[in-house]
Amino acid sequence: MQKYSVFSLVKNALSNHENWDLAWKDPTPKKEYDVVIIGGGGHGLATAYYLAKEHNITNVAIIEKGWIGGGNVGRNTTIIRSNYMHDDNALFSEFGMDLWRRMSQDLNYNVMFSPRGIINLAHSDAQMNTYARRGNSMRLNGIDAVLLNREEVREIIPMADFSENVRFPIFGGLMQPSAGTARHDAVAWGYARQADDMGVDIIQNCEVIGFDVSAGKINGVRTSRGDIKAKKIGLCVAGSTNILAEKLNMTLPIETHLLQACVSEPVKPVLDKVVTFGAGHFYISQSDKGEMVMGGDLDGYNSYAQRGNLPTLQHVLTEGIAMMPFLSKLKMLRTWGGIMDMSMDGSPIIDKTHIEGLYLNCGWCYGGFKATPASGWTFAHTIAQDRVHELNAGYSLNRFNTGHLLDEKGLGTKTWIS
Amino acid sequence: MLHIKCPHCGIRSQNEFSYGGDATVKRPELGKEISDQDWDNFVYNRKSLRGKHWELWQHLSGCRQWIKVQRDTATHEIFKTLKANEEIS
Repeated sequence: MQKYSVFSLVKNALSNHENWDLAWKDPTPKKEYDVVIIGGGGHGLATAYYLAKEHNITNVAIIEKGWIGGGNVGRNTTIIRSNYMHDDNALFSEFGMDLWRRMSQDLNYNVMFSPRGIINLAHSDAQMNTYARRGNSMRLNGIDAVLLNREEVREIIPMADFSENVRFPIFGGLMQPSAGTARHDAVAWGYARQADDMGVDIIQNCEVIGFDVSAGKINGVRTSRGDIKAKKIGLCVAGSTNILAEKLNMTLPIETHLLQACVSEPVKPVLDKVVTFGAGHFYISQSDKGEMVMGGDLDGYNSYAQRGNLPTLQHVLTEGIAMMPFLSKLKMLRTWGGIMDMSMDGSPIIDKTHIEGLYLNCGWCYGGFKATPASGWTFAHTIAQDRVHELNAGYSLNRFNTGHLLDEKGLGTKTWIS
Repeated sequence: MLHIKCPHCGIRSQNEFSYGGDATVKRPELGKEISDQDWDNFVYNRKSLRGKHWELWQHLSGCRQWIKVQRDTATHEIFKTLKANEEIS
């Protein structure tokens, strides 16, 4: 594989950039693989990459119905953070932060990781207390957290509404300085390019039609491009989890919902942090191109539509304008939607299943993008070793049965609880 | 914007309604011995169908009645609405 560097850039510039290698191949599916990963999104690509890199398992195929990186990894708000209170979430996410910090070097692909910091705004004394508690929990787990008072927040984001007579005054906030953003497409492409180089077959335009299961054991998968045998199969299909689960006669603690995001027209640099509104569900950052990137609540009812509905967008942007009134002057450039695998406690599932050789990675709710490296790393471990790693032990499928819920916010599929 | 036909009030905009989830889930009978699995299926496990889906909505800013709606989860087409006490046929 051609290494990307300033030298390769200069060299290829001399031949008008006509001689770059393909970033990944377009192979015909083989009859059999050691591992098949279903879903060519961020998590699936990362899983294949870590299977090859950490476990030397390279007879692997990723099968993707559309094109790689065309689902949620290509349509999120790119926020990366580990500001969780519960140990299971905090340690998992912080492990991911380490992978993020060296991802560009590891993948030889600039993912534009920008640790600009995230601020969760507080709008009451009670909320400040909750944030102090969460911040302390984070620091006990080795994650940076800073509790800011009103004046400290004002210094960082003076464009927020600090006037006296507002419905949700800013009391302060909790900041994780090491949180940030990254270029989402580059993450998918970087993982794909390295996985392909190590021998992983990336098979696009290949839809899963069914599974070959006998005597409680998975033998393979039936696809639109023929049957593929595999000893182990990993599901990384986010919003399509319920559809594939139905083909496996499984009913999961997951509902599929639609989450919207939008960007404004590009403006001059104004916001150098990720900021979330504490009295509702709204988050904002500014992209390198200058667009304000915004998102918030689910549309609120089961949906596979991959496009949003206006009442939710209006609701979310009302919160945005309450927080930063200047947003009302901006024109909307684009809005879009993606389908989320909403778990019932708001935390993901990375686990084995009752079918031998079938592994499940789903339930990412609002936070799938930031989990991409840690999810791929732990899922690869779970598949390769046929047992969960301690980092994803809390993300078990049977926690809903045993009562060990990971209710970080207790949200799950019920938007009205917030 | 969805337009939902409330069986009590007629066609109203989605803004007047709140969502209540899968309408086919049945609470296990009171006082009867049930397994953990039955309880899981009631509380957590959902089919979340792509296509025709019976679901509960409440006409919160209207008559406040709970209703059943059959909607396509991919196209948002609404086929039928029923009163809460009417059985899904």
